Amino acid sequence: MDTTPINYKRKLNIPWLFEMAWRDSRRNRSRLFLFVSSIIFGIAALVAIYSFGFNLKNDVDSQAATLIGADLAISDNKPIEASMQSLIDSLGDRRSEERNFASMIYFPKNKGTRLVQVRALKGDFPYYGSLETTPLQAGKDFRNGKKALVDQTLMLQFDAKVNDSIKVGKITFLIAGILNKAPGQSGIQAGIAPIVYIPLQYLPQTGLMQKGSRISYNFYYKFDKAVNMDKLVKKLDPRLEKAGMNYDTINIRKENTGRSFGDLTRFLSLVGFIALLLGCVGVASAIHIYVREKIASIAIMRCLGVKAYEAFLIYLIQIASIGLIGSIIGAALGSFVQHILPLVFKDFLPISISTDISWMAIGQGVVLGVIISILFALLPLIAIRNISPLNTLRISYEQVNLLRDPLRWFVYVMILGFIVVFTFLQLDSWLGSVFFTIGILIAFLILTLIAKLLMYLVKLFMQSSWSYLWRQGFANLYRPNNQTIILIVSIGLSTAFICTLFFIQSLLVKQVSISASGNQANMILFDIQTSQEKGVAALARQHHLPVLQQVPVVNTRIAKINGKTEADVKKDTTLRFSPHTFANEYRVTYRDSLTPTEKITDGEWVGHAPKLGDVPISVEDRFAKHNHLKVGDKIEFNVQGIPVSTKIASIRVVNWTKMQTNFLVVFPKGVLDDAPQFHVLLTRVPSKPASASFQQAAVKQFPNVSIIDLGLVLSVLDDLLDKLGDIIRFMAMFSIITGMVVLIASVRISKYQRLQESVLLRTMGASRKQILAITAIEYFFLGALSAATGILIALAGSWLLAKYSFEIPFNADLLPALLLFLAIAILTIVIGLFNSRGILNKPPLEILRRDV
Amino acid sequence: MAVHPNKNIKRVEIILNITNLGKTYNSAGKTLTVLDNINFTVNAGSTNAIVGPSGSGKTTLLGLCAGLDRSSTGIVELNGINLGDLNEDKRAQVRNQYVGFIFQNFQLLPTLTALENVMVPLELRGEKNIKARAMDLLDKVGLTDRGHHYPAQLSGGEQQRVSLARAFSNQPKILFADEPTGNLDFETSEKVVKLIFDLNREAGTTLVLVTHDLELAAKTQRIIRIKGGKLVADDHTNVIA
Ligand SMILES: Nc1ncnc2c1ncn2[C@@H]1O[C@H](COP(=O)(O)OP(=O)(O)OP(=O)(O)O)[C@@H](O)[C@H]1O
Ligand SMILES: [Mg+2]
Repeated sequence: MDTTPINYKRKLNIPWLFEMAWRDSRRNRSRLFLFVSSIIFGIAALVAIYSFGFNLKNDVDSQAATLIGADLAISDNKPIEASMQSLIDSLGDRRSEERNFASMIYFPKNKGTRLVQVRALKGDFPYYGSLETTPLQAGKDFRNGKKALVDQTLMLQFDAKVNDSIKVGKITFLIAGILNKAPGQSGIQAGIAPIVYIPLQYLPQTGLMQKGSRISYNFYYKFDKAVNMDKLVKKLDPRLEKAGMNYDTINIRKENTGRSFGDLTRFLSLVGFIALLLGCVGVASAIHIYVREKIASIAIMRCLGVKAYEAFLIYLIQIASIGLIGSIIGAALGSFVQHILPLVFKDFLPISISTDISWMAIGQGVVLGVIISILFALLPLIAIRNISPLNTLRISYEQVNLLRDPLRWFVYVMILGFIVVFTFLQLDSWLGSVFFTIGILIAFLILTLIAKLLMYLVKLFMQSSWSYLWRQGFANLYRPNNQTIILIVSIGLSTAFICTLFFIQSLLVKQVSISASGNQANMILFDIQTSQEKGVAALARQHHLPVLQQVPVVNTRIAKINGKTEADVKKDTTLRFSPHTFANEYRVTYRDSLTPTEKITDGEWVGHAPKLGDVPISVEDRFAKHNHLKVGDKIEFNVQGIPVSTKIASIRVVNWTKMQTNFLVVFPKGVLDDAPQFHVLLTRVPSKPASASFQQAAVKQFPNVSIIDLGLVLSVLDDLLDKLGDIIRFMAMFSIITGMVVLIASVRISKYQRLQESVLLRTMGASRKQILAITAIEYFFLGALSAATGILIALAGSWLLAKYSFEIPFNADLLPALLLFLAIAILTIVIGLFNSRGILNKPPLEILRRDV
Repeated sequence: MAVHPNKNIKRVEIILNITNLGKTYNSAGKTLTVLDNINFTVNAGSTNAIVGPSGSGKTTLLGLCAGLDRSSTGIVELNGINLGDLNEDKRAQVRNQYVGFIFQNFQLLPTLTALENVMVPLELRGEKNIKARAMDLLDKVGLTDRGHHYPAQLSGGEQQRVSLARAFSNQPKILFADEPTGNLDFETSEKVVKLIFDLNREAGTTLVLVTHDLELAAKTQRIIRIKGGKLVADDHTNVIA
């Protein structure tokens, strides 16, 4: 007898496993490719975003100096205190000074007026980069005379040419050049607040430096010798802080810009990740079906002596390789798409973005792609370990029931853990990432339940009296080897993702496009001085414009809250007020009644101040919450040097979406009436010409008064939203394409399940029509049900997002949802039918022989 | 010259020892006894047939003997190894080492060529020069020039011959065949049966085959009859190995 003991610890023959993986994939390569096609677009999105992020970071680092234009910038929003003047004059080797404020300008040639940001400049600023102008030398030359640089959007709007003139306040300047780009300014900013540069020496003559206008005072310094700016500002910090001045250095700007763009790219990569997750569901479901088909082969291998984990490894190698290939293709596509991103974002960025290939991004994308395809493939793959060789004798279904496999739960935990960690890396918030993961999990469970319910109900209600075609079509939904759950989950999840993106996008767009319809104000005049108040109102009436609202505004600061000063708050962090609360300037008003858009939620509204004691004020609800203020709290305001003690008498909610003046803090009448103040007037202009002629008259008569034309703001906003919409659509596109690919892949892969059967039916004499009908019925139910469920999930998800994340009212556009439903249902049927075309056109024998 | 008395007596080795074997299935709360208290032994090098009506438990018995499944009661001892003591992976290795299979429906790996199918058991053992040996085996079953064809490109009989070559490739001690000719026409059956017995004789392999075909069964040295999961007869034919 051969008694050579069996060496049970046979060594793993890795090369052989690879060879088997390669051989086994032979007949399935195109299908395997179909599996990974689902992750290609997700990886592409991520690699594109990562590359963009890396380039952005490099570009910010290398261009930070031109963003600020100097080594050090100091700014103040009030005239420099005398005690600071010597410091201001002593810093740096070269200095520039700038005053910055909003004002109306006037183009005499065509009588155009518009609110702009005036920058009155002295010195050679910027020291890094340049004022990009046409003609080139205008950026330097304008400082030598009564000349101005005018933003290109303004030049376009008013059809102005170089050497035309422009009136700022009382002075007329010659337009020396077109300002293409000011330091640190993005295209969008230029559209919202276009800039006009004038030489500082002419500022006093413009007459625009009266009280009421908000002027910021900026100083720019260049150090010729290398100076450690970080050390210097650290030394200066206490003094500047005390004087209420801000400063900026290249390093600080680098950090801030880097951080805000970091947030941007992280948000974008989350959107990309959704596309990837969607793809993973596709991979998991496809491999599930694939493994089920491989049961026979695996059982034979097991019969011949292949160990369970060897069989598992053979398929793991297949999936990992195909995942690697998919990721590489995705990364290549992403590196290509990366060139489009700067175009999509160019108006939002103050710097020019390079599109270098980022190997780091590619590496991250490929690694992520392989990890995630393996992770999601593991679920079906671990089933391989449990396939018994007995399947060679008799295919048994219960053998492949895996719910009891403990490893399965381990994989579930790994997947959830991975999603949580990855989203955390993007969101930087554990709570957010846990919510995100739970949301996906719930969607998954709902869809699984729906699928099970469908199978149960169909089984329950199926009548033998139905025609054969209907019975067969329905039976396909629950018979062994059905793919109801897989298809409903993958189609449903894709639909939910796509639909949520649609809903949120339209909600956001709706939210911002406040309609200027009805009797609402569409023009705001501000910086009106008390002496001009009556005159401006009269001018409006003269132009047949209604004075809708006329309110006084007083600039104040908060000195103490409940007796605590800013210094106390800084020392004692338990006080929970933000130091910003003290740093901000508050524009408050006073009146004797509430406006229709305000509602008291707590305390009592007091319209007239009592003669004695604290002044009863009303604060806005969100402001109160943010600062943990409640009725009865005491606030001491500093009203331009004079302390005013108040106590919170009421809390109000304000409907901010209505176009009117709204205030965080409202005083009663009888306290601020004589304080230095300016006035705001709201009116409604019926047309563009009426707006233009009123603005011209107002600018001529009251040069210091600023006018915001809401029509113009809305068109700028519209433009902005369009561009934002482009970005959202661009990012959503990845998810949508992935969803489509998953849908196509799922249905196409399911073809192999139905193939044998349809061929048998065909052999037994089923007509082409009958087979098509059976297929159509099956896929219609799968497509329609999963799309409907997906849309419902999206509705719930967007409602939650709207309510808790964006805090905006929810109202869904059901039409696009309906269209999406139809599109997906039809697409499912079409792909399903397309699949059976192969069967109908080929002789059955060919197919019967193929999968022995 | 004195002849040693034991010299001519063939030493009988027992390759397969079945004791009190039983198999029950639990489905829908009911217990179904498929095999009940089966006992027999198989001598190394012998040829055996298991016959019985459909549903009597032949395939189940064969699966248990070959270690494809676990018994409910009793012991299966293959080449002195108690299969009940081993886990599935270890049984896989025992199969790879000692056992060959032929199935009624061939069970070739569809993505492997005929040659590769024959090579797999050898590759699993990590042996060398396997290609030549596999070619040799294909040669023996008369498929010399079909080595690079996929199963789908072969006829049923050709596929069964490939599966035969594969079954013998690891030089098994015992070959199990579940209705090896069930799917073949008369003439091809003859060919395949001849091959099985030829290869069996050449290599000294023990043969256990399940069949409906009494003519085929009669070619073996022993016929084990089962009915309703019970062993009802165990006849030694007068076939000389
Ligand atoms: N997994 C299972 N669950 C329940 N009963 C089973 C299972 N597998 C086999 N059986 C039953 O066991 C009995 C024996 O089956 P087996 O396949 O061994 O019969 P057989 O003798 O090979 O029949 P045939 O000649 O038709 O191939 C049958 O009645 C069968 O229904
Ligand atoms: Mg049988």
